Amino acid sequence: MTIGKPRLKADIMARKLLLTHIHVPGIHTFEVYRQQGGYRAVEKALKTLTPEEVVEEVKKSGLRGRGGAGFPTGMKWSFLAKPEGVPRYLVCNADESEPGTFKDRYLMTHIPHALIEGMIVSSYALGANTSYIYVRGEMMPQIRILERAIAEAKNAGFLGKNILGSGYDLELYVQPGGGAYICGEETALLESLEGKRGNPRIKPPFPAVSGLYNCPTVVNNVESIAATVPIINEGGEEYAKIGIERSTGTKLISASGNLNKPGVYEIELGLPVEEFIYSDEYCGGIANGKRLKAVVAGGSSVPILPANLILKTLKGESRLMTYESLADGGFQSGTMLGSGGFIAFDEDQCIVRNTWNFTRFYHHESCGQCSPCREGTGWMEKVLHKIEFGHGSYSDIDLLVDVSKKIEGNTICPLGDAAAWPVASAIRHFRDEFEWHITNGHEAQRRNYGLAHYADPLEPVM
Amino acid sequence: MADDVKFKVNIDGIPVEVPPGTTILNAARLIGGDIVPPAMCYYSKLQGSGGKCRTCLVKVSKGSDKDPRPMPKLVASCRTTVMDGMEVQNITSPEVIEARKGVVEMLLINHPLDCPICDQAGECHLQDLGYEHGLASTRYEFERRTFNKIDIGDKVQLHMTRCILCYRCVFVADQLTPQRVHGILGRGDAAEISTYIEKAIDNEFSGNVIDVCPVGALTDKTFRFKNRVWFTKPVEAHRDCPTCSGKVTLWYKGEEVLRVTARKDEYGEVEEFICNTCRFEKKATSDWVIEGPREVKRTSVISLNHYAELNPPAVVKKNLMLQEANKEQFERAKELL
Ligand SMILES: Cc1cc2nc3c(=O)[nH]c(=O)nc-3n(C[C@H](O)[C@H](O)[C@H](O)COP(=O)(O)O)c2cc1C
Ligand code: SF4
Ligand code: SF4
Ligand code: FES
Repeated sequence: MTIGKPRLKADIMARKLLLTHIHVPGIHTFEVYRQQGGYRAVEKALKTLTPEEVVEEVKKSGLRGRGGAGFPTGMKWSFLAKPEGVPRYLVCNADESEPGTFKDRYLMTHIPHALIEGMIVSSYALGANTSYIYVRGEMMPQIRILERAIAEAKNAGFLGKNILGSGYDLELYVQPGGGAYICGEETALLESLEGKRGNPRIKPPFPAVSGLYNCPTVVNNVESIAATVPIINEGGEEYAKIGIERSTGTKLISASGNLNKPGVYEIELGLPVEEFIYSDEYCGGIANGKRLKAVVAGGSSVPILPANLILKTLKGESRLMTYESLADGGFQSGTMLGSGGFIAFDEDQCIVRNTWNFTRFYHHESCGQCSPCREGTGWMEKVLHKIEFGHGSYSDIDLLVDVSKKIEGNTICPLGDAAAWPVASAIRHFRDEFEWHITNGHEAQRRNYGLAHYADPLEPVM
Repeated sequence: MADDVKFKVNIDGIPVEVPPGTTILNAARLIGGDIVPPAMCYYSKLQGSGGKCRTCLVKVSKGSDKDPRPMPKLVASCRTTVMDGMEVQNITSPEVIEARKGVVEMLLINHPLDCPICDQAGECHLQDLGYEHGLASTRYEFERRTFNKIDIGDKVQLHMTRCILCYRCVFVADQLTPQRVHGILGRGDAAEISTYIEKAIDNEFSGNVIDVCPVGALTDKTFRFKNRVWFTKPVEAHRDCPTCSGKVTLWYKGEEVLRVTARKDEYGEVEEFICNTCRFEKKATSDWVIEGPREVKRTSVISLNHYAELNPPAVVKKNLMLQEANKEQFERAKELL
């Protein structure tokens, strides 16, 4: 059924590392979190490991960044420049604004101490004495929750001077975000954190060399940082045993759209997509007895795939929830795990409308620094609007593909690519539906195209 | 030893040696000619500028001698420094030419194209860019974005509709003037240059925003609509100025100085920033020590009616009446200078 190393026993409940105690009443408080074994990782790291050994464990774990790009966290940490007499910073990216992604918010709301504990362990590993959690400005309740958690941890001696008598000092601050999706891009985030307009910086220099206030800086996603807690508790090698190949550990998936049970799930990487959608342990199938038409597997920026390609790769293998399997087939027939924002579309959803909606978002959120993104996103939105409302022509479809190509790869930050991919992939896989909007402009205002052939099994290509 | 280390770079097949830390764009400028990428936002005198417009994209086909792998994407040549042994393709790469065409198109889709009533016409970098690298027609069919005109003080007008958001004027405000009151509001294609509630930039060097602006978004109110630049004659002049270098270009129409600007090099960058007194207040020939006519590129429209030498075209050579008229014109032109 699966490629690579199949999960050992499909019948035992999948392992949870981050959300193990999510249902314990009061787990958001320091007291209950500690009773459940919280802050063991801080004790272990500060008392028995050197910072280098912590980095080593994270490297061994194979943990890859959970913010979207999937860059190996241990490697990122080892790139951090360490000049004498210059402070280093750890900044947690909690700006989570990608449509379809809401896992960080869930984690911060319900188990804030998992993030605080991870921040202490990670800051220790990097030698940072001041660290920041940059939280999306709209998440005011979470900001208060985190501030309370920090106060609790400080009271208990896990923050501040000379933590647990180890000689290590750490101050942790929460910074409300500037109110734009672009502030989630790591260098725009640093600008914003410095109190400036959140424009992405031109790289190089990379933050590892010159980040916050021109000092070496690591920016990591909430989930990446929280994952260091089980890694330190159980050891990097244990963590790496979960998952398949270079997709190790567990991943939080924000499931939304036409599912019976939308929500945040912690999965072991390697779970078949089909099982994730249809099993009762996870999403419980498509809502209202409808059929699945398409999936955006990793947040709005990743290519959309029709039902047949999301369940099976072109080679006919079962598609798995891993970085590699989701990307199998490249842009032609694959997608990406991204930030784990899993959006399911049933047969009643209109792909053209959805593409227009996503593009509207990117148009609205472009910072406007570079010409292809500033102008191209607005252009695509206008053309998509025209098609969606029945005034399009065939040449508009080719125009969209061309404009998306002119944006992709030619911009300062990846937002340009993120705006281009959804358009290019929707046209690639759902061209008939776009054409139908053109030939049947009037009808398209009254009804949707429907499922068509998008769930039909494909002949495997060897 | 470090001082005389040079990196060998090859751009479009032409080798050049430059000190470490040089950008690809500046290495190309050392070579000169067709292989120099166009730059709409980079400005060597403004720290941190560049990287935004994306017109200077090039392909790095070989990273360096040490690591010969090509770079995965096109890079902004103005913000990418060279490595020893690097090989770069600009006009020899179809991919670069295609991408650049795309960038030019993007810069133009919301541009008003009101050149017939724009003061910048004739010395506008966007015109040159569109002419050299763009398409002849547009594929954009929607309403173009517009903004209201704003006065930035009594001498400068901002016509945001024409702005390409190169950020040069923002860097001028940041770097030449002590209190920054000039920045960017809004996001994406709604972003606009603003002094926040139209507050004047009250500073002796604020007029330089006009010179750095590659398009007609920031114009000199003392010159607006007075004349087309190609009817005016640029003359180099200087004065003993207590505030700036006093080195300027005077733009004459007849005997009248219509405007004063800083002197610009072949890439349109000013040689030295000038103060507002020189720019706006000194408009009499007697204020200045005239150095001589400014050289204008033959290809520039400003060279129209400028005769450096009497070298009449074939049709004039054959016709006595035209010859006389031509000589007369030439004399008149010389007199004016
Ligand atoms: C437009 C844009 C928005 C982003 N938003 C977020 C975000 O909200 N949260 C996040 O963790 N990463 C976001 N990223 C990715 C970050 O730039 C960065 O790669 C990430 O925070 C690194 O953390 P990780 O290595 O732990 O994944 C965004 C990237 C882009 C281009
Ligand atoms: S790609 Fe878009 S969001 Fe990113 S820097 Fe350029 S204009 Fe800004
Ligand atoms: S007003 Fe001119 S200088 Fe300023 S950003 Fe716009 S185009 Fe550039
Ligand atoms: S000149 Fe290089 S990006 Fe504008």
